[in-house]
Amino acid sequence: MVNEPVIEIQDMTKVYQMGDIKVHALRGVSLEIQKGEYVAIMGASGSGKSTLMNMIGLLDRPTSGTYKIRGVESSKLSKGQLADLRNQEIGFVFQRFNLLPRISAQRQVELPLFYAGVTSRKSREMARAALERVGLGDRTHHRPDELSGGQQQRVAIARALVNQPSLLLADEPTGALDSQTSLEVMALFEELHAQGLTVVMVTHDPLVAGRAKRVVTLSDGKIVSDKANGHHLNLAAWEAAYENH
Amino acid sequence: MKIIRYLQVALESITAHKLRAILTMLGIIIGVAAVLVTMGIGRGAAANITARIESQGTNLLTINPGASSVGGIRGDSGSAGTLTLKDAHDLMNKDIHPAISYVAPEYSANAQLVYSDTNVRESVVGVTTDYAIVRNLIIASGEFLTPEQVESQSQVVVLGSVLAADLFDNENPVGLSLRINGQPFQVIGVLEETGGFGRNTPDEKAFIPIGIAQGRLFNAPRYRGDYTITTLNISAAGSGQVESAEKQAEMTLRLNHNLTADQDNDFNVFNQASLLETASDIAATLTIFLGAIGAVSLVVGGIGIMNIMLVSVTERTREIGLRKAIGAHDNDILMQFLVEALVLCFLGGLIGVGLAYGLAAIFAQIPAFTFTVLIQPDALALALGFSLISGLVFGIYPALRATRLDPIEALRSE
Ligand SMILES: Nc1ncnc2c1ncn2[C@@H]1O[C@H](COP(=O)(O)OP(=O)(O)OP(=O)(O)O)[C@@H](O)[C@H]1O
Ligand SMILES: [Mg+2]
Repeated sequence: MVNEPVIEIQDMTKVYQMGDIKVHALRGVSLEIQKGEYVAIMGASGSGKSTLMNMIGLLDRPTSGTYKIRGVESSKLSKGQLADLRNQEIGFVFQRFNLLPRISAQRQVELPLFYAGVTSRKSREMARAALERVGLGDRTHHRPDELSGGQQQRVAIARALVNQPSLLLADEPTGALDSQTSLEVMALFEELHAQGLTVVMVTHDPLVAGRAKRVVTLSDGKIVSDKANGHHLNLAAWEAAYENH
Repeated sequence: MKIIRYLQVALESITAHKLRAILTMLGIIIGVAAVLVTMGIGRGAAANITARIESQGTNLLTINPGASSVGGIRGDSGSAGTLTLKDAHDLMNKDIHPAISYVAPEYSANAQLVYSDTNVRESVVGVTTDYAIVRNLIIASGEFLTPEQVESQSQVVVLGSVLAADLFDNENPVGLSLRINGQPFQVIGVLEETGGFGRNTPDEKAFIPIGIAQGRLFNAPRYRGDYTITTLNISAAGSGQVESAEKQAEMTLRLNHNLTADQDNDFNVFNQASLLETASDIAATLTIFLGAIGAVSLVVGGIGIMNIMLVSVTERTREIGLRKAIGAHDNDILMQFLVEALVLCFLGGLIGVGLAYGLAAIFAQIPAFTFTVLIQPDALALALGFSLISGLVFGIYPALRATRLDPIEALRSE
């Protein structure tokens, strides 16, 4: 793998002030992700996975520490530059609330293109192509409430892809899906990874994590393990536990 | 063009939330309709009053006997006075009164009119032939009193349209006979309806030669040996000559009545033009007043828009977060909400215009509503402009609120 860091995080902390109480969501995280990696982030609920993903996705600013995205120090960027990076370089699939209500799949996917200033004719074609790519070429006029959960998630992925970002972030993309649809979504991610995209994905599902090339585990706002896949856990044991669950 | 795409986004959002959109627009719809209808009523009433006054002739001067003010007591204009037929004849002298083109004296009193078993009490007016010219009377059937009939004091009568209908129902009265205070009169004509109002409407009057009215019928009081008259109708030679006509008439009458310089007039002059002026002044005030009431409702509507837009910003916090997360700039969000508010207000304004026309059409069907609701282009422009401005004014605050939202806070909100 070429040594070309896309994400460089140094001693990142995030503290939420809740009245008098301070919630330490991240307690000094350092993480480097190279171009073309496929990383899964795991950890118990509340361990800070979403917080970290929001930092990586330039949606939130850390309390302390630094974050360089493709070598650029993020704290030095203006609101507008951050918005442009989110638009051009990052595709984000969220844990919850991914789609706008009552708007067709086609228009959902056109949104990033609209903010990128792509002409409407071109963006129609690009959105169609992105939907075809996630296997929803025949569902372009469906609204979210007319799509299944997996289809909605695929619309969100198409939207994340449509601007051809270099970084795909997904916060529990299969959390709400059955195992069959999960597999379909995973297959899509692997295909994108194979095409050179850097993929970072949060998951609770060891089977899903097992397909990533690297697994980072968070616990209470800290990275407790960061391993190339296959070495850090007994997949068979996890699978058995999962089946019993 | 980015603005067109903002419009598209706004329309998309509006059609995605139809009920909310309608609720938002409701205030503007009602406000615009209220402004247009209230102003329309004001203007319609004004036009109606003006038309009615004009129908009686704008060059018209009417002179009634009675001191304008005697020791603070105003004389009853119908009471026996000092105005006589001689005054009328003197005023007809064109050499001394170049500004006066017609003089039509009248002697009127109430009388019993009977046809078969119908019996009404109405004003019977003794007039001359010129009366029809001075008062803009138009004959619907038959003819008006001829100079010969006036001269020979024929027992003939011309009826106002309403009076004719009251007495004769659907029968054509021309050629038929009726009794006025017991004396037979032959109907020779019926007037067209004027729609005039007040004591001056000819619609409910009967017109007979002045000589009979003063003599046989009402036995008019005399002044210095001459029959008195109740009103002198004068037509000025042109609309610019009304004032001169008034002065000339006043001069002659004061002379005839031997009034000294320190004595007040023993007659009153009414000027139709100044009445018209007063009426249109009142109408303009009325229109402004009604329009202001409408404008208040438009402002209330605008505040309603702000209210619902604010709720909508809160409701759509996650949408805003999502849009920002996928690359929307603050400007994009600002424009989206602003354009949406403007589109809502403009649509609301258009629907309001439609509603106003609908209401005007309904008003037109109500018989008691004798005038039309006048919706004019400037009122339309005013109402639509106002609704756009209120969209801008009341949309900017919610839009700014939406802009300030932090993407992650917005996304996380429930
Ligand atoms: N806006 C916030 N205000 C206060 N505390 C917060 C906020 N967001 C997150 N936290 C806290 O930070 C910690 C980490 O939250 P985070 O959402 O990153 O967890 P997570 O690992 O994604 O959990 P899950 O698997 O349930 O999604 C939690 O204790 C949470 O309560
Ligand atoms: Mg989470």
